[in-house]
Amino acid sequence: MKHLRAGLAIGTALTAMIALSSCASNEPAATSSNGGSSSGAASLNGTLNGVGSSAQSNAQTAWAKGFQTANSSVTVNYDPQGSGAGRTAFEGGGADFAGSDSALPAAELSGDFKLCKAGTKGIDIPVYVSPIAIVYNLDGVKSLNLDASVLAKIFTGKIKKWNDSAIADLNKGTTLPSTAITPVYRSDKSGTSANFTDYMHQAAPSDWTAEAADLFPTGIGSGAAKGSGIVAAVTGGKGTIGYVDDSSVGSLSVAKIKVGDSYVAPSAEVASKSAETSPLDTSRTGNDVVVKINRTTTDSAEYPITLVSYLIACQQYQDSSRANLVKAYAEYVTSTDGQQAAADTAKSAPMTGTLLSKAQAAAASIK
Amino acid sequence: MTATIAPVVKAPKRAGDRIFSGAALAGGLVILLALAAVAVFLVAESLPAFGAKATDIPGTAGQFPTFWAYVAPLAFGTVWAAVLALVFAIPFSIAIALFISHYAPRRIARGLGAIIDLLAAIPSVVYGAWGIFVFGPFVRPFWEFLAETFPWFPLFSGPVDPNARSILTVALVLAVMVIPIITALSREIFLQTPRLNEEAALALGATRWEMIRMTVLPFGRAGIVSASMLGLGRALGETLAVAMVLSPNVIISFFLLRSQNPTTVAANIALQFPEAFGTSVNVLMATGLVLFVITFAVNAASRAVIGRRAAGKGI
Repeated sequence: MKHLRAGLAIGTALTAMIALSSCASNEPAATSSNGGSSSGAASLNGTLNGVGSSAQSNAQTAWAKGFQTANSSVTVNYDPQGSGAGRTAFEGGGADFAGSDSALPAAELSGDFKLCKAGTKGIDIPVYVSPIAIVYNLDGVKSLNLDASVLAKIFTGKIKKWNDSAIADLNKGTTLPSTAITPVYRSDKSGTSANFTDYMHQAAPSDWTAEAADLFPTGIGSGAAKGSGIVAAVTGGKGTIGYVDDSSVGSLSVAKIKVGDSYVAPSAEVASKSAETSPLDTSRTGNDVVVKINRTTTDSAEYPITLVSYLIACQQYQDSSRANLVKAYAEYVTSTDGQQAAADTAKSAPMTGTLLSKAQAAAASIK
Repeated sequence: MTATIAPVVKAPKRAGDRIFSGAALAGGLVILLALAAVAVFLVAESLPAFGAKATDIPGTAGQFPTFWAYVAPLAFGTVWAAVLALVFAIPFSIAIALFISHYAPRRIARGLGAIIDLLAAIPSVVYGAWGIFVFGPFVRPFWEFLAETFPWFPLFSGPVDPNARSILTVALVLAVMVIPIITALSREIFLQTPRLNEEAALALGATRWEMIRMTVLPFGRAGIVSASMLGLGRALGETLAVAMVLSPNVIISFFLLRSQNPTTVAANIALQFPEAFGTSVNVLMATGLVLFVITFAVNAASRAVIGRRAAGKGI
């Protein structure tokens, strides 16, 4: 009997050890908290797959690099297939998180999230802020001022020549040629188009009557695929004007946008300020942080054509090791280090102040 | 005693025979299965699209009331771009193939043939980039000249797209992509012309061009048609080069030089799919099904043409 009992005890101890060690390989954060170790992040391992916005692509590369440097046994993959594809993949369980230029639409929010614990939903965490530049190519004109109304009239074809009196009124002292204007728009669906049309719709509702849309309304001007296509088309044409993410402007001339009584050029500072001071969408609950950029701001320290892009994750994952990985990654992305890394690589505008702390709180709430 | 004639026996089936015929049968079946699988997938994914609400159809909200209103311009654009491409590609390809097979010295012919084949190996994204950065800016002055010189000709009416991102440019890029296919096939067929026929024509006093008209072209006609259909297939399905070069609209328009061009099914799917969700994905799939049907119809038609020609003009 004694022998048997000793054997049992040894057996139980062995099983416990195996169980513990296997636990350690599967659920790193859980063991580190059990073991009382403070370096929780250092023991993370596994693979994290994200799919989504191509605007976030460069930033995600920087974040993956920074996160993997701090956690050498974690691999982060980000596939910039597009925001819609990212959300679809995440909702269907094909991606651990999504990158999206628009927050979860109501229709998708009411649907199922395969990876999330039953009854819980996905949350939007703002991670990427970037100004959208209005670029143009016009011989001899190095500086150009525009406002929402003139932009809307140009993109609806109501203003056809560069020396139109509406443009001349905003640019006193500049000689404008009589070149015809060719607006260049994105021919693919894009968050850039959504933000640009939202700006025109809110700031000049009588000139741009259509609602904000991912797909730019066609009929006027020339369409080009992707941001690089816009840059190529604006650069190659004469009298062209288009809109691209500020990071891909290159050597093109950038127009200043009327804010209040002054004209503001896109930059990281004004975009950060705009994102921080804009109100949050009050219809969102809990840790779902959605920014409604103030398109009609009159503060010259802000820039109204600013894009906020989100990381979409589960509030509560079914799988705790996945939750730990996504949480750690989201915390890194919303840290000042992460924001700075994206600013250095992708020339995005780092989040600041209350918006940053809201995003950090949302990241920390992932379970 | 040795002269008894053996009765006709069935050839014994060796292992090699059986394996080969089995492998060939399997190969044939796999192709059929793959085609069936694609068709079933497309149909299954497309079904929800036929009853799609106007708001589910890509485009400005409510722009297209029904699925058919959305797909008709796309189908038109696909066929229009491909036909324009063939209008340029076929004469060029036949000329190149004849030059290689009947005019060029053998050494030059071999080198030229290899170079033409190389054109087929260039990825379409490279053609797209070339179209945007090199070819578009190159042809723009010509398009402007056309629009200014023949303003009365409806197809050429302006304003010309400032980057020449119009359907005519796309058709020319497609033509360059299709030429190697038509050329390679035509060349091989022209080389098959019976030597006796050619020599007989020459012996009757025909010039080289007359010889080609009398022997090579009639002999190769069915081959040219089938080569062109293969080229048409590529032009119909070409995605990336069109998506990159064209300034697209979902419209039916015959203007060749403007910024508002009918886009193709494949290019439209490529541009809209990444950001599509819900029923709009099904709508895009259904446009793919329409492309599948168009391609199928074109192939069937070409088969019929080849069959009739081959039966009527046996050589």
